[in-house]
Amino acid sequence: MTLILEVSDLNKSFGAVIAAQDINVTVHEHEVIGIIGANGAGKTTFINMVTGYLKPTSGQIKFAGRSIVGLKPRDITVLGIARSFQVPQVFASETVFDNLLMVYAIVEESGLGLLAPLYNDQRAERVDAHLIRYKIADYRDANASALPQGIRKLLDIAMAAACKPTLLMLDEPTSGISIDEKFELMDVIMEALRQDKTTVLFIEHDMEIVERYVSRVLAFYQGRIICDAPVAEAMVNPDVREFVIGEEFHRTRTQNDNGAGENNA
Amino acid sequence: MRSKYIDNTVIGLSIAFVVLIFADFFMAEWVRFIGLQSLARGAVALGLLILWRSGLVSFGHALYFGFGAYAAAMMTLIGYRDAFLLVFVGTAVAGILAFLLGFLLRRYRGIFFALLNLAFSMILYGVIVKTEALGSTDGFSVLTPTFLGYAPKGEAVQTTLFLFTLAFTYIITIGAHLYLKTTLGGMSMAVRENEIRVEYLGYSAERIIHVKYVFSGLVAGFGGAIMAMAIGQVDPDSMANWTVSGEFVFITILSGIGNVAATFIGALVFDLIRTYAFEYAPQFWQFILGGSLLAIIMFLPEGIWSLVARLRRPQKAPSP
Repeated sequence: MTLILEVSDLNKSFGAVIAAQDINVTVHEHEVIGIIGANGAGKTTFINMVTGYLKPTSGQIKFAGRSIVGLKPRDITVLGIARSFQVPQVFASETVFDNLLMVYAIVEESGLGLLAPLYNDQRAERVDAHLIRYKIADYRDANASALPQGIRKLLDIAMAAACKPTLLMLDEPTSGISIDEKFELMDVIMEALRQDKTTVLFIEHDMEIVERYVSRVLAFYQGRIICDAPVAEAMVNPDVREFVIGEEFHRTRTQNDNGAGENNA
Repeated sequence: MRSKYIDNTVIGLSIAFVVLIFADFFMAEWVRFIGLQSLARGAVALGLLILWRSGLVSFGHALYFGFGAYAAAMMTLIGYRDAFLLVFVGTAVAGILAFLLGFLLRRYRGIFFALLNLAFSMILYGVIVKTEALGSTDGFSVLTPTFLGYAPKGEAVQTTLFLFTLAFTYIITIGAHLYLKTTLGGMSMAVRENEIRVEYLGYSAERIIHVKYVFSGLVAGFGGAIMAMAIGQVDPDSMANWTVSGEFVFITILSGIGNVAATFIGALVFDLIRTYAFEYAPQFWQFILGGSLLAIIMFLPEGIWSLVARLRRPQKAPSP
């Protein structure tokens, strides 16, 4: 498999706070990688650095063999890395269809093509096909500001995927979504991305989701990667269990709660 | 099937254009004068409309209006008086200035954008007021324009100037309307709604704003050059002062940003209110102007155009 992303010795600090420390990661084509870790572990910082939103303090990021450190998000997007957001970033006052029509137009046109009409029937057909693949066609004419959270998340991800990226980074695709809707949402996203042969890297807190969809796990803790392994291996890694999944902590607390309950009774 | 370029707005503007060509020969002189001013101010408001759609309000477009007016007027000082040349120079220099200042202004949003424009326009005002050679606060008069060698006399000057202005304004307005339907024009919405998303789609929001800013500068320069020829005089208070910028914002609010044609209707209404208020209540005309703005904001928050939109909506989508 071809190597597409190569991150070496990446560091980022905000004053005294170290958000990333000695991060070394390689990503190959067609991989599906889950990023796990507690809040503040540096997961989003990592995505922000790879997509150019934050400049690393030191280190190297190579995408398809070329260094992308110091490039702007828009340049990196054009090279082939797209992202979705924890808080969906959509054009709130427009309909779902118009959101994606705009996205398709920006992605497809450049130079003088920008002066061609935004709307044309062929483009509208492509947008409608995209809406069907992401199962949001029912909301085609609804205003983006009035969508249920799950649909808004899907729209945000569909907008990122419409860039036809080589590598798509999803920042907590299932946050704010009820447990019974999570799998449905992930099934839709992962199926569409698998068809496009997109390499996916996503942040997730729900271990069930991670186990079901990813082939490999990166576990973050205090700005460092404490485990980079296939999913089955990562789930039994003692560091991951202690610092990320927090099994020991939960077990102790459950016992204490029971104890407290008995005392009250 | 309809062509993708011809729609109701294009048809409406074309009809208005033809009607006004004929009306030009029958209009009373004072009506034609108001019409000329409305076309000039409407052109500036057209530029503000395009900025407004991207979520930006400028409180300083008298900068480009005044710059265009003075540039055209100064051409007559050195002996050039052809209307085509004057309009070209006024439009071009304002566009170049907007292009240069755009590198700075495209980085600002909201109140900072509005007031930075105001600051630059007051610099121009200050420079003009302090320059004796340009007549200081009195300004100077502009030679009667000629039109490619044709040198009209008397009323024919205004008649010809009206036709000339009408033709250019028609082209600019149709152009702006078609532009708003292109991908680049549509990006106004994207920039207004979510700049982060635009960046993550691989396009620069600042570049989009810069393009729109240069357009607004060009049309403001055009409006200024027309106004200089229409009045036959330039002076800082009616060309470059902040109150002039305020009038343009007033017209944009009055018109609404729903359609390019609205800005000219708004400019005409503005000129009529001002003319009649000044005529019948010279002590209170500012109260009347302020009061009408208040009424618009309270009863027609989306401007005069919302009246037209209201008429059309039931036909397009019957309410359930």
